[in-house]
Amino acid sequence: MALRQQVLYLWANGSALDSGTVGWAFHDGTDGAGPRLPDTKPPYANGVAAMRNGWMLLQSSQLTAPLPGNEHLNDYLEYEFVFERRVDVPEGSS
Amino acid sequence: MAEFVANGFIRFEAIVPTDVNERGIDEMRRLELERFGTDGLKPPHTGTPLDECYPLPSAIGEYLRLPQIRGIIESFVGVNPAFDHDFTHHLQPHSTYTQPLHVDAITDSPDTTFDVQLFWYPHDVAPGEGGTRFVPGSHLRRVRSSGLERYQHIAGEKQFSGPAGTVVVFHHGLWHAGQPNPGDGDRWMHKVRLNPTVAQVRLWNTDDLAELQNPPSDHVFARMLPDSVAQILRTMHPWMSVTDYRNEQVQRAKLWRYLTGDVTYDVDHYLTRLEGRAALVGS
Repeated sequence: MALRQQVLYLWANGSALDSGTVGWAFHDGTDGAGPRLPDTKPPYANGVAAMRNGWMLLQSSQLTAPLPGNEHLNDYLEYEFVFERRVDVPEGSS
Repeated sequence: MAEFVANGFIRFEAIVPTDVNERGIDEMRRLELERFGTDGLKPPHTGTPLDECYPLPSAIGEYLRLPQIRGIIESFVGVNPAFDHDFTHHLQPHSTYTQPLHVDAITDSPDTTFDVQLFWYPHDVAPGEGGTRFVPGSHLRRVRSSGLERYQHIAGEKQFSGPAGTVVVFHHGLWHAGQPNPGDGDRWMHKVRLNPTVAQVRLWNTDDLAELQNPPSDHVFARMLPDSVAQILRTMHPWMSVTDYRNEQVQRAKLWRYLTGDVTYDVDHYLTRLEGRAALVGS
């Protein structure tokens, strides 16, 4: 068996890990050999739901004060949580 | 117009006649083949006044000269805007190409002026069959185009579907992406970007503006008019946090000030509160 990584990004509508999911992205290092995401949209209602499905938190976004003059400007989705899941796949899997 | 400010787009269902749509597809095919060749059909030069673009006979020229299309264009960017560029977006049947989410051009300037991009769909687009993906309400955010590629899915995003001849007008900052075409037919779309050459102040039919324009005191935590521009500018999209939402209200109010020439306009007191306090400094 070989170890491969799956990565899940969740973006939330608040800074807490149990804030609601508003965006997501999935990258599958097992090339389909590992488990898939739930079919619901979003796949997990929040980060805690993902943890309860076996995802490990790798990183959460820092909380940064707005720069003077930029207090009312939005840019990227602010609250990003990155998870990983390590999966054993048969040798020879890409 | 208030919906455009809140959402970043507005759609006009089947507004282009069938015969123009059919001839438009033929001309899009020619433009795709000949655009970069030595001879044949070429797009206008960037900066060309719209009136001089695609002189007749031309199906694209007919489309751009339809009174209803000119009315839309004039409402956003004035009577004779400058042609920025256009492109024919073509997907072969069963194309799996997925364009990442992006905004066009570069990170925006901090002022409230804007270009429009008209997306013309000359044939029916069924749900899920290759229509443009876009994120309502994303148009006023300051991002780098490549930074959006990370977002595979955003709550509340839409994918265009609709009847032939539908035109969707985008604020130039709206996040969008081309999608795969699982259908059996070719998928065509013409996109043109237009730059205003006049201040975009009250260019549309404003007959009802005096009735709908709320005073700056209109405040969700105090008193509100039941039917006003502010009610539309309070639109909260499913992907927004509370902070996002309030900041968007500030940006929308600033854009509405520009569009109406009303420098005191506000939604929910956010700008008025800060401006009132700032005026006290040094007084």
